[in-house]
Formats: sequence, structure tokens, C-alpha cells
Amino acid sequence: MAINWFKYSAPTTFYGLAGKLIPWFAIPAALLFAIGLYIGFAVAPVDAQQGEFYRIIFIHVPSSILSMFLYLIMAGYAALGLIFNTRLSAMMATAIAPTGALFAFISLWTGALWGKPMWGAWWVWDARLTSELILLFLYLGFIALHASIDDPRRADRASALLAIVGSVNVPIIYFSVKWWNTLHQGSTIKFTGTTMHVAMQQAMFTMLAACWLYAIAVVLARVRSIILERERNTVWITELPEVRS
Amino acid sequence: MSLDIWMRENPLTYIWLGSYAVALLIFAIEIAMVRHKRKITLQQVRQMREAEDEAGDEK
Repeated sequence: MAINWFKYSAPTTFYGLAGKLIPWFAIPAALLFAIGLYIGFAVAPVDAQQGEFYRIIFIHVPSSILSMFLYLIMAGYAALGLIFNTRLSAMMATAIAPTGALFAFISLWTGALWGKPMWGAWWVWDARLTSELILLFLYLGFIALHASIDDPRRADRASALLAIVGSVNVPIIYFSVKWWNTLHQGSTIKFTGTTMHVAMQQAMFTMLAACWLYAIAVVLARVRSIILERERNTVWITELPEVRS
Repeated sequence: MSLDIWMRENPLTYIWLGSYAVALLIFAIEIAMVRHKRKITLQQVRQMREAEDEAGDEK
């Protein structure tokens, strides 16, 4: 049976679908967070060099990965909205930005907490750290620019351009540890494999999955409010059961 | 006791309070904000609908 994907690009259809999907992402996210934290703190062994401090990795790495991927997804949606003038794409980009910004902040915050015992400094103007900070500013710039323009369609177009141009920063973040001599360590997990202990990998991938599911659930919940707000003058919104009650 | 000594003596407390508690608090605040936004938006849409219904009745 072929699925008509274009049907789900309409806010009318997507609103209901998003509402049904949220619990399917939120509940597994909570379970995986609990499992990931259990493996990370009770099962994974102490690191030979970094001692207990390495355990920050289980939140630092997933939040860093999410901050970069969410930006690319946000820029992708923004580009779709700009090219095809689809309403839902722009709404999705707007819904992703705050979650991406929070993950970028958590990445920087936990990185600082890891840096202090390992490097002796909360912050250094290292290429990886600086480019991640720029990513946070790009998210904040996207949110601020969108909020500063009253007409939502004009706001979508202006902020989409910022998102697309800013996406050049994501490969810079990823490759910064290869291109420059940085204090930040290189990638532990590569396409060719990893030297991490199995329990450490399990904890990290479980937390990564939990963060992904959490981000999807929160973005779906936020986009429903954005759809409600922007389509409030349409007939289908006034006929929704939650609006009629 | 300085923070440097304290963190080395209590690494797990430092990690939990500094990273995980902060991250979970941020997630909790984000969830609360999303729920609040939905509540407020629904209220606004309902008020608009009620106003339209009243205007329709007056006609």
C-alpha cells in the first residue's frame, strides 16, 4: 500500500498525526533515559585515564550530536519552506530551533564541566568549543529574527536564509578536531569502529536514542501549538474537539 | 574547601549535580513551556471562536 506523503505535509493532517505520535516518542524516551543512566552509572566501568569524570560523556556527546543534526534538519525544513512555499516546513523549522538551542547549551555546559577537571579550565577558545558556541548563537539568531518580524510568512523567509547560510557551521564543528590542533579530543566513535568499552557504548547509544526520541516528542508538541496559532482563522481549527470543548 | 579539591573528592556528585541535574532541569522546563504554550494557544483560539459565535448570534 503506497503512502501519500504529501498528505502529511498539510497542517490539517499533520496536526492530528503529531498528536497521536507524541506518546510513542515520549514514553520510550523516558524509559531509555532511565536505562541509559543506569548503564552509564552502575554498569559502565571507571575510565583508566579520566576516572569518574568521563561519565559526563553520556549526556555531552548525545546533546552535541543532537545540536548539530537538529540544525541540519531545521535548515532542511527552512529550505523546503523557502523553495516550495510549504507552510508546515516553516512551522517545523520554527519548532525545532528552541530544542536545538537547548541541546547546544547543554553540550557547552556539560563540556565546561568536563573541561574543568580534565584541562583545568571551564572554557578555552578552542576550534570545537568556539564553533559550537557559534551554533548556539545561530539558533538564538534564528529564534530572535523570526520573533522580530510580525508577518509570519516574511519571518519564515528571513529566518530560513539565516538557517541555510548557518548550516555551513555544522561541518566546521564536526571536522574542527581534524582541521586544527585542538585541546578537545578527537572523535571516539568513527565510521571505522571504536575502542570504547561495550558498556560505555551501550550507555552512550541508549542516551543518544533517548535524546532523539525526546527531541522528536517535544518538537511535535511544539509544532502543534504553532499550527494552532497560525491556522486559528481557519474552519478546521474551530471544529477541532479541543477547541469546541 | 576549594571547588577543585571538592570535585576530585566527590566526582559523582559533581557530575550529577553539574551535568545531569542541569540537563534534566532544562528538559523539565522545556516540557513545561511547551505545555503552557499549548494551554495559552488553545485558550486564545477558544476565545476567538466564542467571540465569533457571539457576533454571529447578534446578527
